[in-house]
Amino acid sequence: MPMLNTQGLTGHYGDFQALFGLDITVGKNESVSLIGANGAGKTTTMRAIAGLLSSPAHMIQWKEQSIGNLRADQVAKLGIAMVPEGRQLFPSLSVEENLKIGAQSARSGPWKLNSVYELFPMLTEHRHKPSTSLSGGQQQMVAIGRALMSNPEIILFDEISLGLAPIVIKQIYTALPEIVRDGTSALIVEQDIKKALQYTDRFYCLSEGRVTLNGDSANADQHDIVQAYFGN
Amino acid sequence: MSVTVTRRSNASTIFLIVALLAVVLFVAAPWWAGRAELRLFGEFFLYLGLACLWNLLAGYAGLVSVGQQAYVGFGGYLLFALAIHFNVHPLLIVPVIALLGAAISVPVGLLVFRLHGAYFAIGTWVVAEVFRLSAAQITILGGGSGTSLPVSVVKSIAQSRSDRESYVYWAALFLVLLIVSISFAFLRSRQGLALTAIRDNEQAAESLGINISRTKFLVYVLTAALTAALGALIFLQKLRISPDAAFNVNDWTAFVIFIVVIGGIGTLEGPIIGTLLFFLLRESLADLGTFYLMILGVVAIVIMIRAPRGIWGFISNKFGIELFPITRRVL
Repeated sequence: MPMLNTQGLTGHYGDFQALFGLDITVGKNESVSLIGANGAGKTTTMRAIAGLLSSPAHMIQWKEQSIGNLRADQVAKLGIAMVPEGRQLFPSLSVEENLKIGAQSARSGPWKLNSVYELFPMLTEHRHKPSTSLSGGQQQMVAIGRALMSNPEIILFDEISLGLAPIVIKQIYTALPEIVRDGTSALIVEQDIKKALQYTDRFYCLSEGRVTLNGDSANADQHDIVQAYFGN
Repeated sequence: MSVTVTRRSNASTIFLIVALLAVVLFVAAPWWAGRAELRLFGEFFLYLGLACLWNLLAGYAGLVSVGQQAYVGFGGYLLFALAIHFNVHPLLIVPVIALLGAAISVPVGLLVFRLHGAYFAIGTWVVAEVFRLSAAQITILGGGSGTSLPVSVVKSIAQSRSDRESYVYWAALFLVLLIVSISFAFLRSRQGLALTAIRDNEQAAESLGINISRTKFLVYVLTAALTAALGALIFLQKLRISPDAAFNVNDWTAFVIFIVVIGGIGTLEGPIIGTLLFFLLRESLADLGTFYLMILGVVAIVIMIRAPRGIWGFISNKFGIELFPITRRVL
């Protein structure tokens, strides 16, 4: 049963059209990756789902409900959380305050301050430091923790590993099954195709605002992906 | 590893002691200060109140209004109307005026919140002008030339002039303490956390489930209510009201913006420093006539270039001190 699906999703920035009818489905407990070159429309898709970009209502379905026209805060309250590209932490708040902001949508569930600190133990000792004093990887953990604090049913990771050290990327991907295991689905934008296929169940490859290839990550053919990636 | 976390610091503790002493001193002012000083202090408090509220609005909620004089004038006119025509005690009516200020700000807010940025600023100004023109139509309150508070109403506050001036002074002191406390408590609350998040990054805040427009609207209504209460006291001190004085963009918005920007926008300390500086300049340069305004302009330009975050922003950045403990630090 699909939790989230887009139906012919289009996206515009003013006169510029970035998405041309995308059909993407994410099921319960499923992790799905979006891959594609720069400008393929990955981030636009994420922003549209999160409500940061307004779409016609029917183009985004959440549990058979049309949500394309909802505001971002309304979308968040439905249980759709986003870890934005570049973390977007609140610089004048401490790590813990950043996490607490995530609980503003007041949904109940397993994720609380303690469970986030258990998932990322290294945040515990930094909990009262300004969020900007942390390393990039730790900041990404805060951003993930902040999204988890709303006890989402799906979590959107935009550029999950961009600009992070390989060891940190490994830590974050190690935590991923733990996040998805607790009844949360994941939609992940990842530059590293190998990582994307390794850690997700299914993938969609985008090129110039269209889905050019999709399938099970385990059976993905390297050659087909290269073709789809560059859009021939 | 165990750490102690606090919002307090030595500076904030010292400030608390100094502030408490100052409050005691100011409460006792009617016994030690002359009539002129008392009036000056009263005016100082009312300006400080306006500055704190505008700072909350612009510095925290990002709502740059140049139309707060709408609520100053609204509060002043309401006080005169209720006191003259309904024969109610002018000081006891102030809380009611605050509530009515909140009530009128809801439809006004719904209107101006359709605008953003510079359009919002101009929109609020237009609303204030509409208020001014409407007030000039009310003939029972003197129309365009305004009206004075009748002696009988003035005497109902207190028989002797010095008692009356003391009461109005205490009311102003009480109101500004209330405004500072409310701002402080608000910023430390869950809503305040949301407001800080919005100020830092509106989009990230929104996608975490914070209803931005509702939070901003709440701040708008809160500041409108308290600005109306301040307006009531401002004109109770003056005993005379006219549309041009009540809805004056210079007196109730331009000077207030000067105070907040110079003192340090987005900090609670800024408005206090700014109001002090503004009154120092005003009292020492008032005899210079228009030169006084030119000097104010130069001060504003110099500070904005040398210290864009205002005097307090400069000081706290340089020395890392905070008088109102809002942010947390690790010991």
